[in-house]
Amino acid sequence: MLNDLTDAERKALAQCRHAVLGTDRPLRLDCGVDLGPYRVAYQTYGELNADKSNAVLVCHPLTCDQFVADRHPVTGKDGWWESLIGPGKVLDPGRYFIICINVLGHCMGTTGPQARDPATDQPWNLRFPVVTIGDMVRVQAALIDHLGIPDLFCVIGGSMGGMQVLEWAASYPKRVFSAVPIACAAHHSAQNIAFHEVGRQAIMADPEWKGGDYRLHQTNPARGLAVARMTAHITYLSEQALQRKFGRALQDRNALGFGFDADFQVESYLRHQGSTFVDRFDANSYLYITRAMDYFDLAGAHGGVLANAFKGSATRFCLMSFTSDWLFPTRESRAVVHALNAAAANVSFVEVDSDKGHDAFLLDEPEMFRTLSGFLKGAASVRGLGGLS
Amino acid sequence: MSAQIRVDLQLIADMVEPGTRALDVGCGDGSLLAYLMNFKRVDARGMELSQAGVNACVANGLSVIQGDADTDLRDYPDNAFDYVILSQTLQATREPRQVLEQMLRVGKHAIVSFPNFAHWQVRLRLVFGGRMPETTSLPYKWYDTPNIHLCSIDDFRALCRTMGVRIERAIVLNNKSRRITLPPLLANLIGEQAVFMLRRA
Repeated sequence: MLNDLTDAERKALAQCRHAVLGTDRPLRLDCGVDLGPYRVAYQTYGELNADKSNAVLVCHPLTCDQFVADRHPVTGKDGWWESLIGPGKVLDPGRYFIICINVLGHCMGTTGPQARDPATDQPWNLRFPVVTIGDMVRVQAALIDHLGIPDLFCVIGGSMGGMQVLEWAASYPKRVFSAVPIACAAHHSAQNIAFHEVGRQAIMADPEWKGGDYRLHQTNPARGLAVARMTAHITYLSEQALQRKFGRALQDRNALGFGFDADFQVESYLRHQGSTFVDRFDANSYLYITRAMDYFDLAGAHGGVLANAFKGSATRFCLMSFTSDWLFPTRESRAVVHALNAAAANVSFVEVDSDKGHDAFLLDEPEMFRTLSGFLKGAASVRGLGGLS
Repeated sequence: MSAQIRVDLQLIADMVEPGTRALDVGCGDGSLLAYLMNFKRVDARGMELSQAGVNACVANGLSVIQGDADTDLRDYPDNAFDYVILSQTLQATREPRQVLEQMLRVGKHAIVSFPNFAHWQVRLRLVFGGRMPETTSLPYKWYDTPNIHLCSIDDFRALCRTMGVRIERAIVLNNKSRRITLPPLLANLIGEQAVFMLRRA
């Protein structure tokens, strides 16, 4: 299964662990297709303790991946959640066995549209089955089985990672001791879907996309993918943050250029975001992962009543939202809290005051760290995890 | 963790059986929750209106959500808790009767503490001073008080009768926070605050 890797995948797999699963028993996807064998790429930090009670699963958001706390093999940048994970940090690998799994359909080593269909030995491209958040979580659960871990001390993630946390808690309540869904929702709203659709249309409108067979034609829909990233990036920031960062400041010039170069710093910034993104992300994967988020509707999967998803749950929940997040606003987290209350579940909920928008969960937010640290300390003491001060 | 909590909170804590489930509505800084968890092995949850209070509680490892007693008790299923606690908050709710009804629906028992508006100092200040009362348990100016539904101990008993609620226990404290045992008429005069434990009849 390691033939035909993209450059990015080759670099990624050289720096993380992977497993090939589903060989004997394929994975039945929500769309009805059986997938197998499939490859799962993942990174771990720290050691699993003797009674296997200290495993923490970090679920990554749309455009991040398994390199949560070490240098990225493709971009050379720091791990995307190093503010939270590392020695002396809230999630200390000296205490916890931290696992981050590249999600199904992604492009950093786990099977996705760029892989080969074992039936035809041709790249899947758009013939890859549409996957869901539920499918991603089933793959993660299969890997956790493969690692011999009976249950997770904590499942934590923001944005799409938060959706996975909710799915974990709903699908495997007995395997999730504590759950921390951050800056997310139990479903994608019309506006969320609309923004994703703009991104997908930008990719598909790029003549180099070639119906998804760009690798076959040796083309690269980088322009389309960059526009998709630029659109999405706006939704990750708050209006205040954009204004504070850029205002109407001009880029490398003293006067308007009366043309369509990047006159404004904000334009230059977005172009940069777009052009660096295409080096590490695959256009087809972008279509698949955004689709998975659009399809997510936890209440819909439980008879239209969100509380049913959490009935009888003994999991300890801690939800967090950010005041200036308009992609996943606080009311979405509150709806989950209401459902958890209706299921009489153990839930904490904190809204963090921040003007940094949706991306706040990836940034240095002391109140988020304080909350998480307190919540985890409480959960660890109930769990009987030693070595905690 | 502190074994020392406010006297009225201690009285409430003493009413809660160990190993039970409790919801503290208006849990403030979470000191009662922490006490119940640490010293009585209670599965204790909290609801607090102020976001700052909630964040502080969660940072201390307590299970607390931001919520409003008037509106958010409705989310909980029947009999979700053994005790629903409302300390020094009833008088600040918009609809105290509905809040009590919700508490008794969600919890097998409701524990309520409140300042007594018929305390002699309150009466004196209003009758002879001609001013809105300000006392240790009612320290606010009339124009910025959160207390919009103050009542006396006898008023509260009357509401319980109207609602057909059983009073399981009633404890009255004087202005030194000492427990006093007096006939109801005197208790309503000498008591500065009261703690009631109720259940559905």
